[in-house]
Amino acid sequence: MSAYNFAYLDEQTKRMIRRAILKGLAIPGYQVPFASREMPMPYGWGTGGVQVSAAVLTPEDTFKVIDQGSDDTTNAVSIRTFFERTAGVETTTTTSDASVIQTRHRIPEEPLQEGQILVYQVPIPEPLRFLEPRESETRKMHSLEEYGLMHVKLYEDISCHGHIATAYAYPVKVEGRYVMDPSPIPKFDNPKLGDMAAIQLFGAGREQRIYALPPYTEVVSLDFEDHPFEASKAEHACSLCGAEDSYLDEVIIDDAGGRMFVCSDSDYCESRQAAGHKGKDAA
Amino acid sequence: MIELNNVSKTFTLHNQGAAVIEVLNDVSFSVAPGECVALTGASGAGKSTLMRMIYGNYLARSGEIRIGDVDIVQAEPRTVIALRREVLGYVSQFLRVVPRVPTVDVVAEPLRAVGVSAADAKARAEEVLQQLNIPEHLWTLSPTTFSGGEQQRVNIARGFAHSYPAMLLDEPTASLDAANREVVLQLIEEAKARGTAIIGIFHDEAARARVCDREIDARQFSPEVAA
Amino acid sequence: MTPLLSVRGITKRYGAHIGCADVSFDLYPGEVMGIVGESGSGKSTLLNCMVGHLTPDAGEVVFDTRANGPQDTVTMSEPERRMLSRTDWAFVHQHARDGLRMGVSAGGNVGERLMAVGERHYGDIRDKASDWLQRVEIDAARVDDRPTTFSGGMQQRLQIARNLVTGPRLVFMDEPTGGLDVSVQARLLDLLRGLVRDMGLSAIIVTHDLAVVRLLADRLMVMKLGRVVEAGLTDQVLDDPQHAYSQLLVSSVLQV
Repeated sequence: MSAYNFAYLDEQTKRMIRRAILKGLAIPGYQVPFASREMPMPYGWGTGGVQVSAAVLTPEDTFKVIDQGSDDTTNAVSIRTFFERTAGVETTTTTSDASVIQTRHRIPEEPLQEGQILVYQVPIPEPLRFLEPRESETRKMHSLEEYGLMHVKLYEDISCHGHIATAYAYPVKVEGRYVMDPSPIPKFDNPKLGDMAAIQLFGAGREQRIYALPPYTEVVSLDFEDHPFEASKAEHACSLCGAEDSYLDEVIIDDAGGRMFVCSDSDYCESRQAAGHKGKDAA
Repeated sequence: MIELNNVSKTFTLHNQGAAVIEVLNDVSFSVAPGECVALTGASGAGKSTLMRMIYGNYLARSGEIRIGDVDIVQAEPRTVIALRREVLGYVSQFLRVVPRVPTVDVVAEPLRAVGVSAADAKARAEEVLQQLNIPEHLWTLSPTTFSGGEQQRVNIARGFAHSYPAMLLDEPTASLDAANREVVLQLIEEAKARGTAIIGIFHDEAARARVCDREIDARQFSPEVAA
Repeated sequence: MTPLLSVRGITKRYGAHIGCADVSFDLYPGEVMGIVGESGSGKSTLLNCMVGHLTPDAGEVVFDTRANGPQDTVTMSEPERRMLSRTDWAFVHQHARDGLRMGVSAGGNVGERLMAVGERHYGDIRDKASDWLQRVEIDAARVDDRPTTFSGGMQQRLQIARNLVTGPRLVFMDEPTGGLDVSVQARLLDLLRGLVRDMGLSAIIVTHDLAVVRLLADRLMVMKLGRVVEAGLTDQVLDDPQHAYSQLLVSSVLQV
């Protein structure tokens, strides 16, 4: 373990990443290129988020990792273990106890506080990518605020499905300037992006981009006047804790089509159960 | 209305040893409003060339050709285009149209170009087509498939749809039967009565005698005669 | 009257080779000008210099903007030029698939320029797109179909609708009928003539097809080896060409 520098990356690399983070915070929503390093895990497993976490962690931090809201899935466990071994920081599964939270595809249900940092793993940072494959062109579109194309995507949704069917990675506009991909979080989480007390950092390892939202940033989900944005979730209550305000996962429980809906945020669900809340399927 | 002063025309054939052919020399005459002048002379005398020069289709080598207050020899393309749209009509011997455009639209087009509404232009086009005895069931078809005589009548209908102050007519009665010939001559007489200045080529001597006020023999402009 | 477009001394070199040299002309509102010449005559280079796809080595392309009057588009800032190119200018590519988003529905293709200038009402955008499909003779019921399911002629008409929806004043066309079969060409030409007349459009059409310019263009410019050798009224240049090269060009064509 002592063979590694604190948090795996060397200090020069961390400085380089911190500069990118600071630039990102100074220009909310702008994608800052950075020299992404090879990490001891494959692309797509959170290499961008891990590098950002490594650059912001200090020995005093308490670290939490969630994958789809859960602390105990493979990705979350392996990244948590990675930093336990390379940084020796304290880890937790309790949202309010963590100072740095790395996440894949969710924002915790419990509102985050000032002083906390939320680090997102981002597969494709460029919201315009699927309509305009040329990076040179998308960069120009960002710099000139040519965002008509983003609405073309939403238009296509409505014309195909009768409503905006984009359910995750729903594009947002930051401080009236940059259009940003919020990473593949469900659009249920979009309203939490704006005006958040915590710092939000986004890292895309393969694509070598970092972007950020400083605390209390204005974030607006794109929509049409006659098809306004809606933060949707399954029309159920959590089967375990009975919560009606949380984002739910659908779990198939037998071969006969039986299913249950449970909170995707495992910490939120467990703390509610500990406080005595019960859903219909609670043991 | 139409005035030519010392107009001459040569063709230089660059790809045939730069041969220079002198066609017309020192052409001067004028046509007043309401007057119809016939150009005469055997084939090759330069009648059609002269008509095309007056229309701006051929470029004069020297001299001036005034239609109203525009000298077509010196005018900018857009001035010539405006002149052709508003002032100067031309009925050629051949109908040249976009394939597949219905006859009624072909005839209405000159009116649409001067800003007449689609409905009024169509009504006027139908009126002229009716006059020229084009069967109604052909109106919605493209004239490209019509017989020679029908095409000629569509061409005349198109030429007379809008009331131009000056008109050039190249063999307007050729290949027409007696009834249609009569209609065309009436159209010419009506135009004259409106004050239109007309220059025409008529091989039909009786027609010429009826509508033309005087004749100009194009042979007098031929360089050999002058020389 | 102020020219809508005033081109002055446009020159573009590719190393020692001349793309186009010292081209000047004025285009007035409502005028349609054809540029003809064989392959390599510099007509495409000139077109690309005018629309800003290439930066000329010398010369000005002055456009009479709505807001600020005549402005040199060569030296104007890129955002301004790009704004022009999606509002007052339109560009019709030879190959429709270069000018369309093939993965986006017909309605989305037409609506893109509207959304680009800030329209945010889905119903209005879709209505306008449907209206434009009908104006270019595409069944409005196809509004949700992708252009990949359209014929070549329909794709080209869709490209035209997509370009004209924001009511541009100047349309650049690069071989608009190239690659289409003859009957489809005729229909497209008729459509373009009607749109030019009804919308009062000015247009510059680059082509090697003399029949196209005879039907569409008021004026004609003949180019050879990067230079303009003759310019004038379309029918005058075609029927009484003065320059040796124009005579050769016209006489080389089967009956136009």
